[in-house]
Amino acid sequence: MGKKGIEIMVGVFVLMGMLGLAFLALKAANLGSVTGGDTYSLSARFDNVGGLKARAPVRSAGVLVGRVDSIELDPATFQGVVTLDIDKRYQFPKDTAAKILTSGLLGDQYIGLVPGGDDKNLVDGEAVAQTQSAVVLENLIGQFMTGRAESSGAAASEPAQ
Amino acid sequence: MNAVARIGVIALEQFRGWGHAVFFLLDLLRAVPASLSRFGLVVAQIHAIGVRSLVIIMASGLAVGFVLALQMYYALVTYGAAESLGLIVNLSLVRELSPVVTALLFAGRAGTSLTAEIGLMKAGEQIAAMEMMAIDPKSRVLAPRLLAGIVSMPILCVLFSAVGIIGAWSVAVLLIGVDAGNFWSIMQTQVDVWRDVGNGLVKACVFGVICTVVALYQGYETEATPEGVAYATTRTVVISSLWILGMDFVLTAMMFSTP
Repeated sequence: MGKKGIEIMVGVFVLMGMLGLAFLALKAANLGSVTGGDTYSLSARFDNVGGLKARAPVRSAGVLVGRVDSIELDPATFQGVVTLDIDKRYQFPKDTAAKILTSGLLGDQYIGLVPGGDDKNLVDGEAVAQTQSAVVLENLIGQFMTGRAESSGAAASEPAQ
Repeated sequence: MNAVARIGVIALEQFRGWGHAVFFLLDLLRAVPASLSRFGLVVAQIHAIGVRSLVIIMASGLAVGFVLALQMYYALVTYGAAESLGLIVNLSLVRELSPVVTALLFAGRAGTSLTAEIGLMKAGEQIAAMEMMAIDPKSRVLAPRLLAGIVSMPILCVLFSAVGIIGAWSVAVLLIGVDAGNFWSIMQTQVDVWRDVGNGLVKACVFGVICTVVALYQGYETEATPEGVAYATTRTVVISSLWILGMDFVLTAMMFSTP
C-alpha cells in the first residue's frame, strides 16, 4: 500500500474514533440533556437538605429546568444554602417555592420548584424565599412511635383514675 | 549462595529493571519532539498499530456486547429491572470492560508485534548500524511507535464501547424484546459524560502508555538471539497484562470510590 493509502486509512481510523466518541457522548450519555447554554443562579436555604447532591436535577412540573450547583452550610444560621443553575429560558415568579422531593420512593433527591403568582420574576443571584426541607425518614418514624406511645399511655392511665 | 541472598539478588535485579525502564521512558519522551517533525513515521505506525488492530477490537466489542446483554438480562429480569439493561451494559462497558479488554487485546496483538519488530531489529544489528550513522534510533524508530500507541489506544477503546453498546442493543431490543425507548433513555439520563466516558478514556490513555512502553522496552532490551526475541514477546504480554490489571484497580479506586 502506498504512502497515500496509509494516510487515508489512518485518517479514517481517527474519524471513526471521533464518531464513536460523539455517539457515546450524545446517544449513550447525558451530554445532550445537560442544560447547556446560558443559566442564571438562584439560592435557597433549607433546614435539612437530606440526600441532595451537587448536579441533582431541578424540576418544575416534572420538567428539567436546571441543576444544583453547590451545597454549603451557612455557619451563622446553620442552614444549608443550595445554589441552583436555572436555564435562562425559564423565569420564575418571586414567590416560587423550592421543595426537596424524592423521585420514586427511595430514589435520588431533586429540587422541585412550584411557581407562585407574583408579577415580578426572580433575577440572577436572588434567593428563593419559601423552601420546604427534605423529609427525613428517621424523624417520621420517631414521630409515629411517640404518637403511638402517647395514645397507648393515655389509654392505660385512664382506668387508673 | 544461600536462599536469603538469592531473594535479595532477585529483588535487586527487579528494581534495577524498573529503574532502567523508567530511564528508557524518559529517553523516549525526550526523543518525541524530533519524531514529531517526521510526522509521516508516526502516521505509518498508527496504521501498523491502530488500524491493523481494528478488526479484532471491533469483533471482540460486538461479542462482549452480545454476551453482556444476555447475561445481564437474565440477572435483572428476576428483580423486574429488565428496563435498566441498557444502563448496566453501558456502565460496565464504558467504565471497566472497554479499557481493560481493549488494553489486553492491544498488548496481545500490537504489543507482541512491536516487541518482535524491535527485537529483530536489535538482533539484526540494525539499531547499532543506525547509531553508527549518527541517526538516533529512539527518535526514528521508537518514539513514533510510542506516540502511535498513545493515540491508538483511546480510539480503539471508544470503538470497543460503541460497538459493544450497539451489539447489546441488537440482542436486547431485536432478540429479547426489551423496550427500545427505555433502553436508550435510562442510559442517557444516568450515564455521565465526564465521570463515566471521560474516566474510561483516561484509563485507556494510561493503559496505552503502559502497553507501548513495556513492548518497546522488552524489544529494546532483548537478547540478540531468536530465543531471546521469542522470550521477550511472551514477557511483553505477561508484564503488560499484570500492569494493566493492577493499574485498573488503582485507577478505579481513585475515580469511582465516591458516589
